Amino acid sequence: MSTRDSVPTSKFAMFWSLTKPSQSGLLLATGLAGYMSARGPVFNLSAILQLSISLFLAIAGSTILNMWWDRDIDAKMGRTQKRVTSKGLVSDKEVLQVGSLISVIGIGWAIALDPLYGLVVFAGWFFDVVVYSMWLKRRTCWSIVWGGISGAMPILAGRVLGLGAVDWIGLMLALGILLWIPTHTLTFSMKFQKDYADAGVPTFPSTYGLAATRATIGISSVLAAAAMVAAGVGIGMDWGFLRLLGVLSAGLLMLAIAITFKPTERVNFGLFKYASVYMLAAMILVVLEVI
Amino acid sequence: MKLSSLNRTLLLFTVLLASYQVSAGIDGFTALPITAYTIAFGVILIAALLIFILGIDVLDSPIVVIVSTIIPLSLAAGLVWQHLASLRTWYLVFTIIGFLAVTLTRSIQIQNKLPVIILAITHGIAGMTIFLLPIIIASQGETKPLFALVGVGGALIGVGGLLLSFLKTGRPIVSRDTIMKFFPAMLFLTTALFVAGFKFG
Repeated sequence: MSTRDSVPTSKFAMFWSLTKPSQSGLLLATGLAGYMSARGPVFNLSAILQLSISLFLAIAGSTILNMWWDRDIDAKMGRTQKRVTSKGLVSDKEVLQVGSLISVIGIGWAIALDPLYGLVVFAGWFFDVVVYSMWLKRRTCWSIVWGGISGAMPILAGRVLGLGAVDWIGLMLALGILLWIPTHTLTFSMKFQKDYADAGVPTFPSTYGLAATRATIGISSVLAAAAMVAAGVGIGMDWGFLRLLGVLSAGLLMLAIAITFKPTERVNFGLFKYASVYMLAAMILVVLEVI
Repeated sequence: MKLSSLNRTLLLFTVLLASYQVSAGIDGFTALPITAYTIAFGVILIAALLIFILGIDVLDSPIVVIVSTIIPLSLAAGLVWQHLASLRTWYLVFTIIGFLAVTLTRSIQIQNKLPVIILAITHGIAGMTIFLLPIIIASQGETKPLFALVGVGGALIGVGGLLLSFLKTGRPIVSRDTIMKFFPAMLFLTTALFVAGFKFG
């Protein structure tokens, strides 16, 4: 596996790096949490295994295809120009083939496992690759909404597989992820504002300014916390876990207020990190609740 | 000042202990103690998490004086509500007034000694309550002996809160570097004593 700064040498390592293992792993974790939230047969090894493999392949496939599509702008941005696609270490054709193959296997497996689950997985792939990357990313800063919807699909897919239907709790969990994603993407777009400008990618900071972007981060963080708490209540989460979720949400609210009214780069970074910890903790609580 | 690996580990354990206490350690109490303890351990949890994420220098923020007052005030309010029924209302009034007074005197420019006096009185009363009450009721047999650990934790957090508060007021009792170096260990030890006291007391 490669680190962010080193360049992978083997073919496998190169393609592995294109799957963004950490990000894909986090999305897979939300899918598993969504599945467990349905209070189904949690220790059904076959279902867990098939969910994990199909979801990971679909996510990894869409990520590789994004890299293939964005290779020209990635090469212009300092943050991404070390990617193997930007450096030309793998051929465009190979990346397209591998991304497509992995996507087909992942989505196909998901449909075979459960058609509705497969549909949600496909929707996530479609919103990410086609709507977000190919259609909107270079046209409008609002593309992140569609990227967010795509990121919210794994948790909904997991719950759909566990429950056999789409319900309001699943939608609330997905909304929580959707509203949490801007905390990441907008913080990145502020930190690497020049990179995005050089690559010609419209962002919130370049379109609406830093103050509006910070306010958006703050508001979306608070709404994400509210959605997660609502989902927790819906799941029937233990009162103690809800208290803990409330405390963590209060921390998020505090940082959101700070970033809106007394913004500094440090607070910005703090909210970015805290929001990740918050979401991880929320997922762990959902899983602990069922176990 | 960079956090050492040991301090990072201690902060992580503090977060876990406080999380346990909020989620499972205070079940079965009535509404007010649950609220008070949730606030106290919630502040400890978030403080430890923010120090872990942003570094120990986050303690330089002016808001620290107010935050470091919330912990002893809410803990003391919970303890009094549970174990000193006759003083419940009076102590709740003191808690609210104390918090508002500290917040107010920290938020506006006051040249005289009033902010320090308010801070010392509020911390002093809340600190002594957390220190003495658990030890007294444990020694009287109202609770198990180990409940006295809450009092020991109270003494520690009282000292820590005062050190931090006086550092922020510009009249440090101990140097800033010393406080910063030992703060994670003190926070962990305090939290561990509280959790153990509530669990086994």
